[in-house]
Amino acid sequence: MSISRRDFLKGALAGGTLLAAGTSAEARENLTMPSEALGLLYDSTLCIGCKACVSACKEVNDMPPEFSDTEQLWDTPTDISGKTLNVIKVYQDGNSATKDSEKDGFAFMKVSCLHCVDPSCVSACPVSAMTKDPVTGIVGYNKDACIGCRYCVAACPFGVPRFQYDKALPQISKCQLCKHRIADGKYAACAEVCPTGATLYGKVKDLQTEAQRRLALKPGDYAVFPRGNINTHDQSSHTAKAAKYLPQIYGEKELGGTQMLKLSAVPFEKLGMPKLPERSYAATSETMQHTLYGNALALPLAVLGVLTYVAKRNVNDDDEK
Amino acid sequence: MSASHNHPAPAPLGGPLVTPTTKLLAALVAIALVILLVRFIFGIGAVTNINDGYTWGIWVVYDVVIGSAFACGGYSVALLVYIFNKGEYHPMVRPALLASLFGYTLAGVGVIFDLGRYWNFWHIFWPGYAQPNSVMFEVALCISAYIIVMWLEFSPAFLEKFGKQDVKKKLNKLLFFIIALGALLPSMHQSSLGSLLVVFGYQVHPLWQSILLPLFYLMTAITIGFAVVIFEACLSSSGFKRPLEMHLLGKLSKVMLGMLAVYLALRVVDLVLRGAIGSMFSISIEALMFWIEMGLFIAPLVILSKPATRRNPSKLFIAACCLMAAGFILRINSYLVGYETGPGWHYFPSVPEIMVSIGMIALEILGYIVLVRYLPILPGSNNSAIATNK
Repeated sequence: MSISRRDFLKGALAGGTLLAAGTSAEARENLTMPSEALGLLYDSTLCIGCKACVSACKEVNDMPPEFSDTEQLWDTPTDISGKTLNVIKVYQDGNSATKDSEKDGFAFMKVSCLHCVDPSCVSACPVSAMTKDPVTGIVGYNKDACIGCRYCVAACPFGVPRFQYDKALPQISKCQLCKHRIADGKYAACAEVCPTGATLYGKVKDLQTEAQRRLALKPGDYAVFPRGNINTHDQSSHTAKAAKYLPQIYGEKELGGTQMLKLSAVPFEKLGMPKLPERSYAATSETMQHTLYGNALALPLAVLGVLTYVAKRNVNDDDEK
Repeated sequence: MSASHNHPAPAPLGGPLVTPTTKLLAALVAIALVILLVRFIFGIGAVTNINDGYTWGIWVVYDVVIGSAFACGGYSVALLVYIFNKGEYHPMVRPALLASLFGYTLAGVGVIFDLGRYWNFWHIFWPGYAQPNSVMFEVALCISAYIIVMWLEFSPAFLEKFGKQDVKKKLNKLLFFIIALGALLPSMHQSSLGSLLVVFGYQVHPLWQSILLPLFYLMTAITIGFAVVIFEACLSSSGFKRPLEMHLLGKLSKVMLGMLAVYLALRVVDLVLRGAIGSMFSISIEALMFWIEMGLFIAPLVILSKPATRRNPSKLFIAACCLMAAGFILRINSYLVGYETGPGWHYFPSVPEIMVSIGMIALEILGYIVLVRYLPILPGSNNSAIATNK
């Protein structure tokens, strides 16, 4: 007993039709930024590497110290982790003499969640533990929903969500832009304590305008830089010489944009920020999923119908023998 | 599964349960259990080498991704018998299904060891939490459903044993639908195990990152399924001193050959179209592993292309081993070797981590031995006639 050529052709035809039906699902475009989105502007050229932000972040998020030295006298994290949500890393080249110079220089970079406009972690999470706030755009984490599968850890293109491997009852840790402080009229602790305004908090659209203003400054000229919260002007501003910025706002276009914008004089790739396409990986992945499983599972259900029909015929054949 | 095509009805094999082999297997299972106890008390990091750069180690990549692919024998043979109506393969259904049942059930249980917050596991199935855009959601739901379907598909063996003929009869009426589900669900989640990687974007090397990953994972899962059936048939025939069903295995290998040729053609076309062909000639660990992977896929293509070798049990066994290794390396390559999250991250499984995976395999083999001796699974006693009846 074997499948006849005609049956095979019929099957192939049906399969082709199903595939065509499935692929007619619409492509999932990049998500767009909420109009009231909140974020940070980090200006590497203003950062002096004092790590006040690292310390303040620990305090307000109630995170334990982490040691990278033998004395273990104070908190010395070298990277974000299950115990640390924010660090300042340093780039060094040659004799490290000149600040913000790619050659024989050094530069700082803040490492913390970029609050993507279209986050991979939110798309990846199977249980809605990672969420994007529809108003503020803050990418939040709910440990009570989380199953600890760590798909977010693996998926994040910036390596941001971290996991507590040393705990029996672990959770994911990531910066949530101090959303727990908003109700008290406070904002991100890293921006609040930054002495130079290198980390500035506010609405993303205003941060974007500020970033563009800085790019237009003449290098070497004295300029005024706001500190703290760009919308409430809660702190006095800071005057410094404008650096020789690269003509790029990191986070403006990367994967459809992030709510953390970054400026630098040293190429971002040297500072550990990857070169990324404009289309978000979440959009690519979800387009694929919706093509296969969209329209109320149209494709799998149609395939199940064909399989049921074929199986019924063949099982009946079995019984007759 | 009704007995059919004049094949001998499946029968329990009988024989001793406590042997040096089963004792060794039980010891390996016990070691794994002790390690897991440590993991649940002190955290995953206490026994594994996973880290934030490689957060998925072999407990995910081997136990689930590879383990479930190796458990595709039941799926592949059921496709052949019930969907493509090749009734002659019927005697292979039950043994293949049993191995699949164990492979999948343990992959499902193994997930719990790896989940950090395992007590919340049910959230995946709960409407308020479930997130259908997530590939992981699809994989979890679909594997769970398939495990249930497989137990139903396999239940006639239990029902025969316990003399519940009336229940078996009722179940048989619905069997066609269970079989259809059993053909659909693995197609969905085996492809999705490839889809999981798409959202990783640039972090997966261009030799593996492709929108066709779901198709590649599905095709290789089916060919691995056939290879595993051949592999298990060879092992169980030598282990239980039973004649080999060469006429079936030879034909099966021909089906495998066709699938393999289509897979390789698609794989190469995809690499060319994505402009990734250059990376395979670079001097890197990725390029080396790519060639090992491709070599293991091409070798069985060469071995099986001659009809004479398809009738040679040892050649057939070698081809099956190559294919299983190829599918193994493809999955290791795309999840670990070709996965790069930034400088400074390294991963190689720790000894306790490996011992847990070995314990899982031991449990599978142990369960298989116990059940074929106890339940009607392998073709009955007059099978020697079949072996010579070419």
